[in-house]
Amino acid sequence: MTTGARAGGTASILEARDLEVLLGGRQRFLGTAVPPVRAVAGVSLTLAAGETLGLVGESGCGKTTLGRVLLGIQRESAGEVLLDGRIVSGMDRADARKSRNAIQYVHQDAGAALDPWWSIGGILDEGLRVHGLGDAVARHERIDRMLGAVGLDASFRLRYVHELSGGQLRRVALARILLLEPRIVILDEPTSGLDLSVQATVLRLIQDLKARLGLTYLLISHDLSVVQRICDRVAIMYLGRIVEIGPAAQVFAAPRHPYTRTLLAAAPRLVPGHEMPGANLIIGDPPSARHLPPGCAFHPRCAFGESKCTEAVPRLEAAGAVHEVACRRWRAIDVVPVSI
Amino acid sequence: MLVLKKFAKDKPAVLGAFIVLIVVVVAIFAPLLAPYPGDAAASHLLLRLKPPSAAHPFGTDNLGRDILSRVILGSRGALAIALLVVGTAMLIGVPLGLIAGYSRGWLSETNMRITDVFLAVPQLILALAIAQLMGPSLQSAMLALTLTYWPFFTRIVYAEARRLSASLFIDALQCIGAGTTRILFLHVLPNCISPVIVRATIGMGFTILVAAVLGFLGMGATPPDPDWGLAISESRQYLPEAWWFSTFPGLAIFLTVLGFNLLGDGLRDIVDPRLRRSR
Amino acid sequence: MSEVQKANADEPLLEVRNLRLSVRTDEGKAQILDHVALTLPRGRILGVVGESGCGKSTLARAILGIVPKAATVESGEIRLEGRNLLALSDRTMTREIRGRRIGFIPQDPYLALNPVFKIGAQLLPLLTWHAPELKTAADRRARLTNLLRRVQIPEPEAVLERYPHQFSGGQRQRLMIAAALAANPSLVIADEPTTALDVTTQKQILGLLKELTVEFNLSMLFVTHDFGVVAELCDEITVMYAGQTVEAGQTAKVLTAPQHPYTTALLACHPDRSDALTGIPGLVPSPLQAPPGCRFAPRCGAVADVCSRRSPKLVGIAGDHFVSCRLADETRSATP
Repeated sequence: MTTGARAGGTASILEARDLEVLLGGRQRFLGTAVPPVRAVAGVSLTLAAGETLGLVGESGCGKTTLGRVLLGIQRESAGEVLLDGRIVSGMDRADARKSRNAIQYVHQDAGAALDPWWSIGGILDEGLRVHGLGDAVARHERIDRMLGAVGLDASFRLRYVHELSGGQLRRVALARILLLEPRIVILDEPTSGLDLSVQATVLRLIQDLKARLGLTYLLISHDLSVVQRICDRVAIMYLGRIVEIGPAAQVFAAPRHPYTRTLLAAAPRLVPGHEMPGANLIIGDPPSARHLPPGCAFHPRCAFGESKCTEAVPRLEAAGAVHEVACRRWRAIDVVPVSI
Repeated sequence: MLVLKKFAKDKPAVLGAFIVLIVVVVAIFAPLLAPYPGDAAASHLLLRLKPPSAAHPFGTDNLGRDILSRVILGSRGALAIALLVVGTAMLIGVPLGLIAGYSRGWLSETNMRITDVFLAVPQLILALAIAQLMGPSLQSAMLALTLTYWPFFTRIVYAEARRLSASLFIDALQCIGAGTTRILFLHVLPNCISPVIVRATIGMGFTILVAAVLGFLGMGATPPDPDWGLAISESRQYLPEAWWFSTFPGLAIFLTVLGFNLLGDGLRDIVDPRLRRSR
Repeated sequence: MSEVQKANADEPLLEVRNLRLSVRTDEGKAQILDHVALTLPRGRILGVVGESGCGKSTLARAILGIVPKAATVESGEIRLEGRNLLALSDRTMTREIRGRRIGFIPQDPYLALNPVFKIGAQLLPLLTWHAPELKTAADRRARLTNLLRRVQIPEPEAVLERYPHQFSGGQRQRLMIAAALAANPSLVIADEPTTALDVTTQKQILGLLKELTVEFNLSMLFVTHDFGVVAELCDEITVMYAGQTVEAGQTAKVLTAPQHPYTTALLACHPDRSDALTGIPGLVPSPLQAPPGCRFAPRCGAVADVCSRRSPKLVGIAGDHFVSCRLADETRSATP
């Protein structure tokens, strides 16, 4: 792969090479065979220590699957995952997960991801016990400290999941993961379903914790306002592939891939001037991952498509120092006359 | 406590709990409460078939034994059968259901097909068959009841565990690296225990009823046990003159089964984990 | 056009005045709506914005006359085309208003269609009930296929024979829009209709709604939590907080120069706006224990003694911009 996907010079701690994930597709007993769906197709990316990489795409684009494969809870069908330069893929699920304890995952729906039967204190303690961290007294202290760090207090220890508000649940979910002392945290839609005023405080907390604990984030989201706000780099996914990756500022200011342009133009924004030059309003729904069009998967909806787009899947190519795009026409798009 | 407040509003459930409580207290202190504790075995032929009086409020039976004492003493046997049968059935059924619900593939399938086979066996027929093989006794009745009752627990726990295994909090536990045994017994089990408790409570009443039927058919308790079902069976030939002989053991069965059923129905409404409160 | 209608042409299509609604719960009376006011001029799109629990969905349901059984409307009026809907019987609401004068687009198109019946079997009866002017089944079918074509559903004739699961979320929402328009209503109420959709689909649906309001001469009440969507779609905006209307006016004005401290604080929380991502301190009060006076007072940066003593009135500042805050009261009384 090219060096373009690496963030300027810093050491990469997590790397994915040509990851492929086939989902479903099994022969049921006495049933008909179901063909597998390629949820992730040839994804390569690196995560530099201390950065926040945003993974953006619409539902069904494979961003959550990619996150779960990097975590090790889902097996890859092909490709490699490297943590600190060591290969941590190609093993079974339990071993893969064990070798990637430095990576932890925060679920999208914090309320449903916490055991309703247990008190908050019990839930937090359970994570520490699973990892065999500290004796009862030490665990107790760590939990109290972590509750403080996420803006709650020790009294929450006795409460139950259904007694907490959405914002409080996000904090508990973060606390549970951070108690395990990960270096990389995968945040799956960390603010979806939250009210605006709560979302702001949760985003603030996520940023503070990163600085305080020296974390690296992979932030999966469809909310472009949030991604632009807190990510250093951003990767845009469409139907299992990364179509564009680069520094957030560059991708948002000068998107190269037609899909990125469409996405940015479609997102309702509060700041004026987000009219995307040359972006067309796409009609209809994305094609099903089961029946991908040949060549570039975006070409049937693309304003810049030409017959050659159907011939081969475009590879990511450098469109700047640290900016890559998977479109064979990106140079042409740049010079398309702008009409607002 | 929100749970108690909600339970207190449910009048039939409170009545059921009250009846069950009385039965349990009576069973525990049976030898102290019974006016003639010796009448479990002894007979007084001179006093046979006396109608209810001050000395014998429920009358006496064909061997002159005090029926009140025998009804009180019989509560112990009835409760012991219920507890043993339901307890053993839970011990067999719940872990099997957990494993079948949480695992996929052949393990789950085999498990559930075996469960279905047992579920298909009629309870009374199996009890009669076992009584034939082992000789009629309380033990063979209990064995038959246990063998036919555990699949109910497996079915319930299977459905709940299947639902829970797809839930996000179980996924989250797998993500932080919790082992299968830990997830099954510390997280799946507590979350599916509520319907099990409801089933067990109703099952107690049900078991008492079936045990009485077996006693009546002569396939359960043997004379001179103060068994309620057996008493009704013995009283048949003295009806309708000695109405008290069958009426009071019958009432005891009726009230106990009713109590457990009312309590079970009430528990169904309040075992929602969302009613757990920290304050 | 009759004389009466002509006289009313300047009157707003929908006007809610002083609406109070409470719900009996196990733990006491919950004041869900408290002195809510709202004005929707003809042909306009009004965005009702607020955070969860602010009463915006209850308000939409109160206008449709489908509040929960435990709810009581305590006071106020809801005037649609001059008729007070609160004075109408359930029967009249069902026969003449809901579905006929007011169309409804739900939040979740997945739940709104019955999975076991074909699309045609679910949508054609709407026309039987609400469009009696169409005498024959063929007429009704023609109207429906035209509508489906208009909401950009391909092959509308074939669509009538399909089941809901054969459609994507975006297409189902188009079906719901067609259903809402079936009886030619004058008002359409949409409750977060794009929340469950992806952004590119949302963009298409918003564009479609905008075209349809002009084409069908509609007014629309658009309930949402997303300021971005309001900025894109709505002409007017009404901001709600804890069951009270706090600010109303033209979208551009309210979004660029909010006058109520809550609107200001909430807009400052938006990732596109916020400098420090501070959020708003405190929590939304429970409707069971609403603070007296202005409900935002406990969290407000510009709070004064008077705030907890009396509820501020929604007063006009600068034309059609209305604010319910002591600051606006004072500004107005200061200027002669």
